[in-house]
Amino acid sequence: MQERHFNLLCIFFLLAIPIAGLVLDEPYYITLATKVTILAIAGVGLNLALGYGGLISFGHAAFFGVGGYVAGIIASHALNYDPILEWPFLIEGTTQMLILWPLAIVISAFFALIIGLLSLRTNGVYFIMITLAFAQMIYYFAISWPSYGGEDGLSVYLRSSFPGLNTMDGLTFFGICFVWLMFAVWLSSRMTNSGFGLALQASKQNAVRVAAVGIKPFKVQLIAFVLSGAITGLAGALYTDLNRFVSPSVLSWHTSGEIMIFVILGGVARLYGPLVGAAVFIVLEQTLGGVTENWQFWLGLILIIVVLFARGGVIGLLTKEVRNE
Amino acid sequence: MLKKLTQLAAATAMITTPVFADEAKVKVGMITTLSGGGSGLGIDVRDGFMLAVKGNDSIEVVVEDDQRKPDIAVQLADKMIQSEKVDVLTGIIWSNLAMAVVPAAVNQGKFYLSPNAGPSALAGKGCHKNYFNVAWQNDNLHEAAGGYANSTGYKNSFILAPNYPAGKDALTGYKRFFEGDLAGEVYTKLGQKDYAAEIAQIRASDADSIFFFLPGGMGIAFMKQLAQSGIDLPVVGPAFSFDQGILQAVGDAALGVKNTSQWSKDIDNAANNKFVADFQAEYGRLPSLYASQGYDTANLLISAMDKAGVSDADAFRAALKAADFASTRGDFAFDKNHHPIQDIYVREVIKEGDVLTNKIVAVGLENRSNAYVDECKM
Amino acid sequence: MSITLFIEQVLNGLQFGFMLFLMSAGLTLVFGVMGLINLAHGSFYMIGAFAAAAIASWTGSFWLGLLASLMAAAIAGALVEMVVIRRLYKRDHLDQVLATFALILLFSEATRWLFGAFPLYLDVPAILSGSLTLPMGIVYSKYRLFIIIVGILIAIGLFLLISKTRLGVRIRAGESDREMIAALGVNISKLYTIVFALGAALAGLAGALIGSIQSVEVGMGEPVLILAFVVIVIGGIGSIKGALIGALLVGLTDTLGRFLLPALFGAFLDPASATSIGSAIASMLIYILMAAVLIYRPSGLYGKMA
Repeated sequence: MQERHFNLLCIFFLLAIPIAGLVLDEPYYITLATKVTILAIAGVGLNLALGYGGLISFGHAAFFGVGGYVAGIIASHALNYDPILEWPFLIEGTTQMLILWPLAIVISAFFALIIGLLSLRTNGVYFIMITLAFAQMIYYFAISWPSYGGEDGLSVYLRSSFPGLNTMDGLTFFGICFVWLMFAVWLSSRMTNSGFGLALQASKQNAVRVAAVGIKPFKVQLIAFVLSGAITGLAGALYTDLNRFVSPSVLSWHTSGEIMIFVILGGVARLYGPLVGAAVFIVLEQTLGGVTENWQFWLGLILIIVVLFARGGVIGLLTKEVRNE
Repeated sequence: MLKKLTQLAAATAMITTPVFADEAKVKVGMITTLSGGGSGLGIDVRDGFMLAVKGNDSIEVVVEDDQRKPDIAVQLADKMIQSEKVDVLTGIIWSNLAMAVVPAAVNQGKFYLSPNAGPSALAGKGCHKNYFNVAWQNDNLHEAAGGYANSTGYKNSFILAPNYPAGKDALTGYKRFFEGDLAGEVYTKLGQKDYAAEIAQIRASDADSIFFFLPGGMGIAFMKQLAQSGIDLPVVGPAFSFDQGILQAVGDAALGVKNTSQWSKDIDNAANNKFVADFQAEYGRLPSLYASQGYDTANLLISAMDKAGVSDADAFRAALKAADFASTRGDFAFDKNHHPIQDIYVREVIKEGDVLTNKIVAVGLENRSNAYVDECKM
Repeated sequence: MSITLFIEQVLNGLQFGFMLFLMSAGLTLVFGVMGLINLAHGSFYMIGAFAAAAIASWTGSFWLGLLASLMAAAIAGALVEMVVIRRLYKRDHLDQVLATFALILLFSEATRWLFGAFPLYLDVPAILSGSLTLPMGIVYSKYRLFIIIVGILIAIGLFLLISKTRLGVRIRAGESDREMIAALGVNISKLYTIVFALGAALAGLAGALIGSIQSVEVGMGEPVLILAFVVIVIGGIGSIKGALIGALLVGLTDTLGRFLLPALFGAFLDPASATSIGSAIASMLIYILMAAVLIYRPSGLYGKMA
C-alpha cells in the first residue's frame, strides 16, 4: 500500500469512530477519538522539530502545558467573573475560543522562542536534556504555585465557546479538533516541501554545508522550534477544553515522553505518523486495560516488538515504504 | 458561576437521559489507582468495597484504572457517565484527581461517594448535594494530631510536608489545633526521598516533637532516616505513613510512633470485627484504613438502596444523608456539608508477633466535623 | 545558623552527590561506549533494590542482599542487552528511547506481579545503624558515611578499571572507534554485553544501598533516572570524571538550596510564604543549574566537543 492511500484510510477511520460511537450510543468513543486527535496535533507539532529538523525535544510538555494553562486560566477568570488584571487597565477573562486559541499559540510560541534560543546552543543528547530541564522547571513551578490550584489543578467546568456551535456536544468538539488537525498537517506538509523545509532538513543532515550556502542553520532551526511549540501549545489548549480541567501533570516529563512516543511509534517525519502513533497507543491502552490489570506489561512488550521489527514505525511497517532518515 | 453551572447541568441532562432497566439495581463506576506508584491504596479501597458488595445482585460495579493521572480520570468519568451510564461514582484516591472529576460528575446529576480524598474546596464553597465524603475531610487527621500534641504537652513542634496543596492543608490543619510554638516549618519537594537536610535542621532546632505529613514512599524514607539520625524526639503524623500496607516497609523504625486515624482494626464493634475477619479470610492480609473506607462506602450505598431507588434522586440523597449503616468506625454521621462527624483516634505502632500494626491509645478529637461547614451553602 | 549545621549540610550534599554518582556512573559508561540512551537504567536500580530486599528478608543478611542486588541487576542487564539492546546500537536515538521506555513498563509491571503493589522492607544493617560524633561535635549517620565511602571506592575502582586494565583499554578503544576495534579481533558484542551488565550492576547496587534508607517500591527508578541524566549531562556524557563532578555539584546545589533559600527569603518575607516560595525555587534549582552549565558549555563540563 502506498503511504498516501494509507493516510486517507487513517482519516477515514478517525472520522468513522465517533460516528460509530453516535450510532452505537457509545459516546465514550467520541471522547477517545477527540483525545487521539488532540494528542496527534501535539505530535504533529513535535514532529516538525523532531522529525524534520532533527531537534529531539524531551520538553514539549512545557508547550502543551503552557497552552493548556493559558486556556484554563483565562477561562476560569471568566467563569468566576474575576478580572485577570484590574490595574493599570482592566483585563477580563473570556471563554471565547477565537480569543483563547491565538493567546495559547502566541504565549507557547514565546516560551518556545526563549527555550529554543538557549537550547539550540547545544545538540544531540545535550539538546534532549536541556529541553527536559526547562520543562521540569515549569513543572515544579506549577506544582508549588498556589494561585491556580497548584498540584490540584484548575477546573473550568464548562468548555469554552465557539460562535454558532454548541461545544459541549462531543461530536461538535471533535469536529473542531479534527479541523485543527487537518490544518496542522497541511501546514507542516507545506512547510516541509518549501524552501524553508529543505533548509531545515538539510541543516539536520549537515549544518556545515547549509551554512556554506549562506543559510543560518540556527535561524532555520529556531523558527521550526517556535512553530513546533506553538502547534503543541494549541493542542494543550484543546486538551484543557476536552477535560474541562488542567493540572501540572500535563507538564510532567511523562507527557513529553508520551508525545515523543506517538511520533516514533507512528513513524518519524511522516505527516500522519503522530496520528497513527497516538491512535495505536490509546487503542492498545484501552483494550489491554480492559483485559488485565497488568496491561502495562503487555503494552511494553508490544512496543518493543514494534521497535525491533518495524523500521519506520507503524506506517513504515504497513506501507513497506522505508526511507533513509 | 452558579448560573452557568445550572445551565451546564440542564444541558448535560438532555444529552444523557438515563435508562433504568431495573429500578432496584444500581450501577457503580469505580475510578481508582490500580497500576504504578500508589496502586496499593486503590487496590485496598477496591477490595474493601468488593468485600461489602460480594454476593449482592442488585449492585453492578465497573472498575477502571486511572493510573493516578487526572486527565485519564476525567476521561474515565466521561466514559462511566456517557457509555456505562452509571448511577453512582466512587473510588478516587487522590485529591487532585477528585478535584478534576467530582465537580463535573455531580453537576451532571450523578452521586459521588468519596472513599478517600476530601479536599477543602469540596467541603467548603464547592460543596454539592450529590457529593458525599465517607472518609474524612483532608484536614481531619492533621487536626487530631495537633489536638493530641496539646494534650501530651508538646510546646515546640517541628513540622514538615511536601510543597503542594494537600501538604499545605496538612500543616494548616495541625496549626489549627496546636497551641504551642513552631520550632520550624519546612516544605519539601513532592516526591523527595532524601531528608538529610531536613533532619539536620530538626537536630539543630530546639523542637520537642515532630509532626510530618509525607504520604507513601516519602514517609517510609523519612522515618528510616530519622531513626538512623539518632534524634530521639516523639513523632506524630496522620495514619497515611503508618497504614497496614506500608508499615512493614518502614520496619521497626515505626515502633511507638503515634498516628491519627478515624479507623483502627482494634475498634471493638460487631461491624468492624466482621470486616477484619472477612477481609483476612478473603484476601489473606490485614486490612488498612483505605480498605475500611472502601467497605464503609459500599455499606453506606447498600443502606441507601434499602430505603429508596436511585432514580428518585431526592429520596436517595436523603437516604444517603441519614447514613443508616453499621460503620466499622462505630458512630458515623454526616454534617450538613456531607462530610463525616466522627471520632479521630490516636494509634500507636506496635508489633503483634512479627507483624507491625496499630493499637488505639487515645481519642484525638471527639465527634469532629470539619472547618469548612460554614462556608458550604447547602 | 550555626557553623556546625552548615558543615553538616555540606556533608549531606556530598553524600547525596555520591548517591547520584552511583546511579549515573553506569549510565554514562553505557552511553560513552555504546552511544545508547538507556531510559531503563532506573529499572535496574529498582531490580537491585527488590532483589536486595527479598534476599535480605529471606536470609536475614544485609550483605547477602547487596550481593544479590549486584547479581540480579547484572543478570537482568546481560539478558536485556542480548535480547533487545544489541539490536538498537545502529538505530538512531529515537528508537532507543521508545524501546527502553517500553522496557520500563515491562520491568515495573513484572516487579509488581512478583512482589505485589506494596513497598518492601529493607533496612540498614545493625553495624551501620545509628550515628557517630565527628570532630566539632557534628553528629552524623554512620550509614551515610558508608555511602560516601562506597561512592569513593567505586569512583577509584572505575578509574583504575578504565585506565589500567585490558577491559578498560577495549572500552576506551570502543568509545573512539568501533570499526577499528572490531577489525583488531576484539569480540565487540561480548564487550558490549559486559559493559552493559556492569552498568546495570552499578545501578542495582545503588538501588540496594539507597533503598535501605529510602523506600523499595515499584516506580522508584523513574525520578532517579531523570536525576542521573541531569548529572551525566552536566558532567559531559561518557566521562566518569564528569559524572563524579556533576553528581557532587547537583548534590550540593540541591541540599544547600533546599536549606538556604527558605532562610534567605525569610529575611524579607513572612515565614509561611518564605518557606513556600523558597522551597518552590529550591525544587527548580538543579534544572536551572543544568541549563546554565549547558548554555556556557554546550557539551557539559568534561564532554567531548561535538
